[in-house]
Amino acid sequence: MDLSQINPILLIASLMVAATPILLAAIGEAVVEKAGVLNLGVEGMMITGAVVGFAITVNTDAPALGFVGAAIAGAALSMLFGILTQYLLSNQVATGLGLTLFGLGLSSLIGKPYEGMKVTTLAKMEIPLLSDIPVLGPILFKHDPMIYVSLMIIAGTWYVLKHTRAGLILRGVGENHDAAHALGYKVIRVRLMAIAFGGACAGMGGAYISLVRVPQWVDGMTAGAGWIALAIVVFASWRPWRVLLGAYLFGGITVLQLNLQAAGVPVPVEVLAMSPYVITIVVLVIISLKGNHGAPGALGKIFHATH
Amino acid sequence: MIRPSLILEKRPSPSRFWATTTPVLAVIATMIAGGIMFWALGKDPIESIRTIFWDPLFHETFGPYSRPQLLVKAAPLILIAIGLSLGFRAGVWNIGAEGQYIMGAICGAAVGLAFYPTENILIFPAMILAGAFGGWAWAMIPGLLKTRFGTNEILVSLMLVYVAEAALASVSQGLLQNPDGMGFPGSRNFRDFPAAYNTELITGTGMHWGVVFAFIAVIFAYVLLTRHMLGFHVRLTGQAPRAARFAGVNPTRLVLFCLGISGALAGMAGMFEVSGPAGQVTIDFNSGYGFTAIIVAFLGRLHPIGILLAGLLMALTYIGGELAQLMLGLPAAAIQMFQGMLMFFLLAMDMLTNYRIRFTLKNA
Repeated sequence: MDLSQINPILLIASLMVAATPILLAAIGEAVVEKAGVLNLGVEGMMITGAVVGFAITVNTDAPALGFVGAAIAGAALSMLFGILTQYLLSNQVATGLGLTLFGLGLSSLIGKPYEGMKVTTLAKMEIPLLSDIPVLGPILFKHDPMIYVSLMIIAGTWYVLKHTRAGLILRGVGENHDAAHALGYKVIRVRLMAIAFGGACAGMGGAYISLVRVPQWVDGMTAGAGWIALAIVVFASWRPWRVLLGAYLFGGITVLQLNLQAAGVPVPVEVLAMSPYVITIVVLVIISLKGNHGAPGALGKIFHATH
Repeated sequence: MIRPSLILEKRPSPSRFWATTTPVLAVIATMIAGGIMFWALGKDPIESIRTIFWDPLFHETFGPYSRPQLLVKAAPLILIAIGLSLGFRAGVWNIGAEGQYIMGAICGAAVGLAFYPTENILIFPAMILAGAFGGWAWAMIPGLLKTRFGTNEILVSLMLVYVAEAALASVSQGLLQNPDGMGFPGSRNFRDFPAAYNTELITGTGMHWGVVFAFIAVIFAYVLLTRHMLGFHVRLTGQAPRAARFAGVNPTRLVLFCLGISGALAGMAGMFEVSGPAGQVTIDFNSGYGFTAIIVAFLGRLHPIGILLAGLLMALTYIGGELAQLMLGLPAAAIQMFQGMLMFFLLAMDMLTNYRIRFTLKNA
């Protein structure tokens, strides 16, 4: 065992890479839940995004196109959920689960020919001057563009939810859909837009796994990341900056766990491999001890306007 | 201006006619949509559908081989789905049955292997109990966390699937590894251990102890739901939680009961699978039955008899899917998608059960 092999600077830098897929999926889901909809299909949308992004990038050599395609695929899949839950008034828990099962099958079908292929990954940007700062430079300013995009999405979501009229309407719809409807807001339209945003984010998160983090296509490669994203939304009490905190904490655990495996810590590999999931459970318990403050009032409820 | 419009009107109580008709319609719609998908994959749609739904049962050459498989595949699905349906009815969402299935298999197999090579008639019953215990204990984790701390059971039970998979990887390369296996991962094969082998009870039917227990579970759930106070409480809690509280239903006990029974049934299913059809504990002996069972539960309308039929149908898609892979080169994942589609069509058509569609003329 040699813990001195673990370089703290590289650890923090790779933490951001490990956290970004979950971060993207979680911020999307946070917006969906803020609008009062519980979409348990995150895992399915992520893995579909992962395979679509990978396939597009293999064929075009343009990772940026891959991310766009993944976002569109995620949003398209989420619309299936949107139509079922918003127009056909199906149970959200069951539909979300169905979406995950469907997405896993779809991705495996699309991905079969792409197994074992190599892909052009996103180039790292070295921001001039800033990246030369010791310690902070390699941690913060030598990343691929998607990391900065994900941070901008967090900041944008925070701003829109907290400081704009659109954000207020979205939160209103999520807190009490009957009141929002009575005020003349289009509950279903707002929710569909939120669901599409959530799908696009989950799709990009998935593509980040297959294009940057791994970068390869492996069947079922999201390995529960979508579910962890759902847990992080609860952990974050539906607040954007806390989503960032939660995702980075989780990324830190994942990376540390991998580093400890590589350093040969005398702990069975399986124990380390299950640690992120066990820690998620522990965190969920701690959060629930305080009570679920901040859960949108209409979360998961079916909206049916009688007039 | 007056224009015609469609409105949905909530039915005072779900329509019985549509509740039984929609699953059939959903299956037909899935066959059509699936046919289009198979056609898009370059296969003959009619032939594909026939290979999946007809040939496993009635084909001259394959029928005799695949018919017994129907019960083998349906048994774990039905066992798990029966347990899940009780929880789903009460609004308790155990979606980690796959994890409980794995833990049941590990515990059941461990008890059996501990006695290797003793021949005793009590070994198999002890394994069944251990399997049920393993699944029950695994389901009690989300159960206790939910009742004690209010933690969301959906996320906890699902996280535990990944923990169970890691545990499975660990024991199949360590604790339960075959000492005579020359270092290969995987336990001893139960076929070489008659006292612990979940044998075919009637040759050529696929009937094993898991099938027997699946049928018992269906009857048990039916009696519970229609004749017993506890079943009434389960239904009441799902339909009107507040009314249930006033009627004296103890929510803590109900949550623990629902999770416990579904865990125990999933654990038993895992035990029967590992000691029979799978034969040994391996890293990937579990094949997603815990997740497919969720579809089975919904397709069966959360009703025991419905689940029995849905489990058989879903088993048919598994066997037919394998046959279609073999005969037509249809990808395995296409079947998984097919099952996902079925769930979607079912949920979409559910609306007809709960709502009435009316045409009206409206002032716009």
